Amino acid sequence: MIGEILISVYVFVLAIFVGVEIISKVPPLLHTPLMSGSNAISGITIVGAIISAGSGHSTLSSVLGMFAVIFATINVVGGFMVTDRMLEMFKKKEK
Amino acid sequence: MDIINISYLISAILFIMGLKKLGSAKTARYGNQLAMTGMLIAMVATLFDKGVLDYTYIIAGLAIGAIIGGISAKRVQMTNMPQMVALFNGVGGGASALIASAEYMRMTAIPEMEVSVTLLLSLFIGTLTFTGSYIAYAKLQGTMSSAPIALPFHQGINTLLLVATIVVGAFFVMDPASPNPFLIVALASAILGVLFVIPIGGADMPVVISLLNSYSGIAAAMTGFVLSNNVLIISGALVGASGIILTNLMCKAMNRSLTNVLFGRVGAVAKGERIERQVTRYTPEDVVMMLDKSDSVIIVPGYGLAVAQAQHVTQEMASILEERGIKVQYAIHQVAGRMPGHMNVLLAEANVSYDQIKDMDEINDEFAETDIVLVLGANDVVNPLARTKEDSVLYGMPILDVDQARTVVVVKRSLSPGFAGEDNPLFYEDKTMMVFGDAKEVMTKIVHHLKEE
Repeated sequence: MIGEILISVYVFVLAIFVGVEIISKVPPLLHTPLMSGSNAISGITIVGAIISAGSGHSTLSSVLGMFAVIFATINVVGGFMVTDRMLEMFKKKEK
Repeated sequence: MDIINISYLISAILFIMGLKKLGSAKTARYGNQLAMTGMLIAMVATLFDKGVLDYTYIIAGLAIGAIIGGISAKRVQMTNMPQMVALFNGVGGGASALIASAEYMRMTAIPEMEVSVTLLLSLFIGTLTFTGSYIAYAKLQGTMSSAPIALPFHQGINTLLLVATIVVGAFFVMDPASPNPFLIVALASAILGVLFVIPIGGADMPVVISLLNSYSGIAAAMTGFVLSNNVLIISGALVGASGIILTNLMCKAMNRSLTNVLFGRVGAVAKGERIERQVTRYTPEDVVMMLDKSDSVIIVPGYGLAVAQAQHVTQEMASILEERGIKVQYAIHQVAGRMPGHMNVLLAEANVSYDQIKDMDEINDEFAETDIVLVLGANDVVNPLARTKEDSVLYGMPILDVDQARTVVVVKRSLSPGFAGEDNPLFYEDKTMMVFGDAKEVMTKIVHHLKEE
């Protein structure tokens, strides 16, 4: 029987390999959008933030959770929007 | 079956596919939209989690965050993108630290040892990323001097703080019921974040931002361990890997080790001997005469071009030349700009077609067959000393081989050395035409003369 934490470690390690494999192929041309886009993905902490903010455990933990939701939402909304704005500009001219 | 966890799996798949599509300019925008969809699915699924009882704080947080994030993303200028990404990294790390704190408060039973450890790691990396990113932001924005700042015994203090954090952390793991060690770790990590970034000079910021990007991902993964949530672990690992890869690429492009960037304090004093030689000054008219006789032009933009806001007028010149049948390309060194790939975004904004933008490996062989290279606001990345002068900090750094071209035009404010403090012998070569002045003014004059003909 594998412990829960060990399964998590498996997932973590395998995901790092996937990440290295995919991201090494991104050309320097797109490194800035890659960074802001992946940054937005790290805003997935919003999932944890929502649970913390909504648990109704105590006012203090809910307020901490609310700030976590604010931070993560800035990360998600700002990150994806600014990446989209940049990628919209990458065009190939028709000749 | 568990709908919420299936949704998380779908999100993780969309993130991976999205990142994969980000690998090509044609599909990148679609890739970002895939990732966005993945995020939306994860968020909506979480709202139905049975642990969510009260929606007031959630809705307030979502509204405030969306307004701040949306407005900043719409308003930010492309030259200020590094600061923006630094801030987004920071809030990402901050969110992880806050979730760890809220989770700790909610715990009713004494947590298991592995939970305590991941709780602390999430708090530590998250807080450090938060304060460190804010310093990086202040340095890039200019609200704080971009010069390295070092306290007496700086590394000693860092080591001491780190050891103290580990010791106090161990106390917490042994007795998680007492909250004081938790608070001390939070405070120590906040200070460490500041001390970690202040001794790093402005020119090394691309490395720091990439590293903090990686940290924000690792912090998210640690939060995933605390919550036993796989989508957090997977996404965090992806971002962590991405940040580390970019950090490595940046270090390689500068020919420095990560330790040297973080602890070397380069950029404090400019050194290196000056070459006592005369240069011939040329005018924009001279450059136009040369351009008239050429068939191929490569433009090498440096950060100086972006500072002078000259990318639009440069592209205007490129279009005029192309209409005359001259082949125009842009050569970008990896460290041109203030974050990885920054210069490419600035050129894209100025409507430069992305198939004209070449990175160093793609274009270095072409310089020898090129009539004119225009170096605009770049210095160290075209310094031939990197090949020859063994005692120079530049030695071994991969450079653009512009000195192979038939004629090199350098537009620069003065002969002052670049960040490395090294004089550039390229400026004194016979085939080099030095045009002194602000890049935007010089380019405007060139365009003006080209149009007059």
